Amino acid sequence: MEESGDIMGFIKKLFQSKQQKQTAQKYRIGMEKTRNSVFSQLDTLLQSNVKIDEDLFEEIEEVFIMADMGVDVVLSFVNYLRDTVKLKNIKNANDLREIIVEEMFKRYVNEAIVDTNLDVDHTLSVLLFVGVNGVGKTTTIGKVAHLLKLSGKRVMMVAGDTFRAGAINQLRIWSERVDCAFFEKPAGSDPSSVMFDAIQYAKAHDIDVLLCDTAGRLQNKTNLMKELEKIHRVIKREIEDAPHETLLVLDATTGQNGLNQAKIFNEVTQLSGVVLTKLDGTAKGGIALAVKETLNIPVKLVGLGEGLEDLEYFDIEEYIYGLFADIV
Amino acid sequence: MAFDQLSDRLQMALRRMTGKARLTEKDIEEMMREVRLSLLEADVNFKVVKSFTKSVKEQALNEKIFKGLNPSQQVVKIVHEELKALLGGDTSEFAIKTSGKTTVMLTGLQGSGKTTTAGKLASYMRKKHAKKPLLVALDVYRPAAIEQLVTLGKQLDIEVFERGTDVKPEMIAKEALAYANEHPFDFIIFDTAGRLHIDETMMDEIQRIKETIHPDEILLVLDAMTGQDAVSVAEHFHSSLGVSGSIITKLDGDTRGGAALSLRQVTQVPIKFMGLGEKLDDFDVFHPERMASRILGMGDMLTLIDKVTENVDEDDMMNMMEKMMSGKYNYNDFLKQMKMIRRMGSLGGLMKMIPGMGKLTKNANIDDKQLVYIEALIQSMTHKERRNPELLKRSSSRRRRIAQGSGQRVSDVNKLIDNLEQQTQMFKRMSKMDPNQIDPKNPMKNIQQQAPRKQKKGKGKNRGGFRF
Repeated sequence: MEESGDIMGFIKKLFQSKQQKQTAQKYRIGMEKTRNSVFSQLDTLLQSNVKIDEDLFEEIEEVFIMADMGVDVVLSFVNYLRDTVKLKNIKNANDLREIIVEEMFKRYVNEAIVDTNLDVDHTLSVLLFVGVNGVGKTTTIGKVAHLLKLSGKRVMMVAGDTFRAGAINQLRIWSERVDCAFFEKPAGSDPSSVMFDAIQYAKAHDIDVLLCDTAGRLQNKTNLMKELEKIHRVIKREIEDAPHETLLVLDATTGQNGLNQAKIFNEVTQLSGVVLTKLDGTAKGGIALAVKETLNIPVKLVGLGEGLEDLEYFDIEEYIYGLFADIV
Repeated sequence: MAFDQLSDRLQMALRRMTGKARLTEKDIEEMMREVRLSLLEADVNFKVVKSFTKSVKEQALNEKIFKGLNPSQQVVKIVHEELKALLGGDTSEFAIKTSGKTTVMLTGLQGSGKTTTAGKLASYMRKKHAKKPLLVALDVYRPAAIEQLVTLGKQLDIEVFERGTDVKPEMIAKEALAYANEHPFDFIIFDTAGRLHIDETMMDEIQRIKETIHPDEILLVLDAMTGQDAVSVAEHFHSSLGVSGSIITKLDGDTRGGAALSLRQVTQVPIKFMGLGEKLDDFDVFHPERMASRILGMGDMLTLIDKVTENVDEDDMMNMMEKMMSGKYNYNDFLKQMKMIRRMGSLGGLMKMIPGMGKLTKNANIDDKQLVYIEALIQSMTHKERRNPELLKRSSSRRRRIAQGSGQRVSDVNKLIDNLEQQTQMFKRMSKMDPNQIDPKNPMKNIQQQAPRKQKKGKGKNRGGFRF
């Protein structure tokens, strides 16, 4: 399935074949709260309510709404359930479980191979991290750097958030923890010029992967989005097919606004994936499913804590089965 | 999402019921379905939505409200009133001690905006209440968090108390209190580390910090974009700390902010402030009324009205209106109007407050910088040209000169000419409009639809012209 020489692919393979128990275990623990709080609810629901009626559908609807899956997505999903129940003449609520899991999976994958690997095998690969304020971009870069370094890449972090107080140092501290290269210009510099200089430096110093931080920006701020567009443009001008990954960092606690974020950031920077952070809390991050369904942008990584190691490749199967472990 | 606004949703629902003299219970139920969806789309927690729609339904049934009035507007009104009541009735501010020290502890999840809020709150208290604030940096975990607060302190010229990252936060808090006692500070803000509400170690720690400080106020800082989880977050923080109020941040985004309602319902403590932007004075007392409108997607008329009255001279405004209506609108007026808008603050923000304009702003590329360009263009005109727009329209050499003088292209000049033309047209229409026909919920509706964007006349439905 994966090319064998590629260590990243190898790790991925291990994970996929579920031999790397530790990884799967952590993922499971991270998701456990989610599972317990919401989907066990679904479990009770489908057991106690033997009768399939409008009330049941409404309650199922609420369970998904509770996971922030996005109102439109949930409505269409529940409508599908209604139709299927009618079509297949399903009488027992228990039979709904498998249908729910299967359909969710089908909708997420959407008849394509969902690749969570990061595209980091170019002479110089550039990864750009974007998102609104406070979602965890800088922390995510720290973790990704660690992950890539483990796979033998020469990584350099680029302090592109020249706006927020302390942002540059925050990233520098991460680079010291990871022990990787770090590129900065003084606070207040034009972020595009930071990217430009960083790329020149990286070319001259045999760096494999650039991880570019950007300032948090709300997607409705036209000027800031234009600034981001310029950053993107400058990177592209220097390396033709770069940025090789543009990752939207999305806080799992985010509600419906997450979809708006993805839409507008995608328009400006053509996102290649989502990093879903803070999944170690009680939030379900269901809006990421809505993002996949509406915009076809897959989740590539999930953040499960504040430590260097608390980052995993997203595995939809793991995610769904994690959510539904009690009921299937 | 086709129907962003509750009023739109209700109108759609009602369209199916036209012709009926009265609304039955079933009709109301159908409308409540729309209310429910609208609130869910705004991220209000579904449990809160449930109890809410129930109570609104009862009210709608009990009050005989539908007599001779537009039912959808009536329902919106009830929903709005109820929402406002739930969000806290009247504006509630801080209980600030007139003598002695006020101590405030900020808490919340990672990334909710505590540090920025600490700076904003300090600056607000100094400006509005003549306090002498001290900021205390207790976030010893996140890299460079202390530096962030120190930098903010420098920008604001407010002292920051810090002991680096090697001292336990409760120790720093203790030292800070002693320090504040020896110096003339009377408003002390403790910025704590972000923590997950289910992280027991960290929740224990903040309880210890609380025991050390005995703060007058414990404020939960919550990101306005939070989804359904807001309930769980608020529950946990409230039960382990007993918060006294909350601050909603990042309200300058385009989120509807239903989390505010969830938070309020769960904790029953007032929402005291709101964060409205990246600048350190983008901070204000929380207004339930405005939040209610926002959650319903009705725009924030009140903030707009406030901003307008705060920054614009009424006479100026009236003069301008007269000019506009008379059709004798020229570049001088245009410039004046631009300046008025500029004084009122960010154009994008302003537009969003006008009901019905929310959607428009998403597409229209509104850029504050454009105002600067337009200003440059107008300033490159002679006085005669400014007074008489016709001159420009007739002479291409004038247009060229202005383009050169302002360092822009001739096409930019043409755009400005079109713009003025459009505005004049729009005002002409407005002046002809019957005030009774203007939809109070959406005063811009007709104008928007009819704004002539280089209309191709004689084609299709929108042939132009104003139908009356």
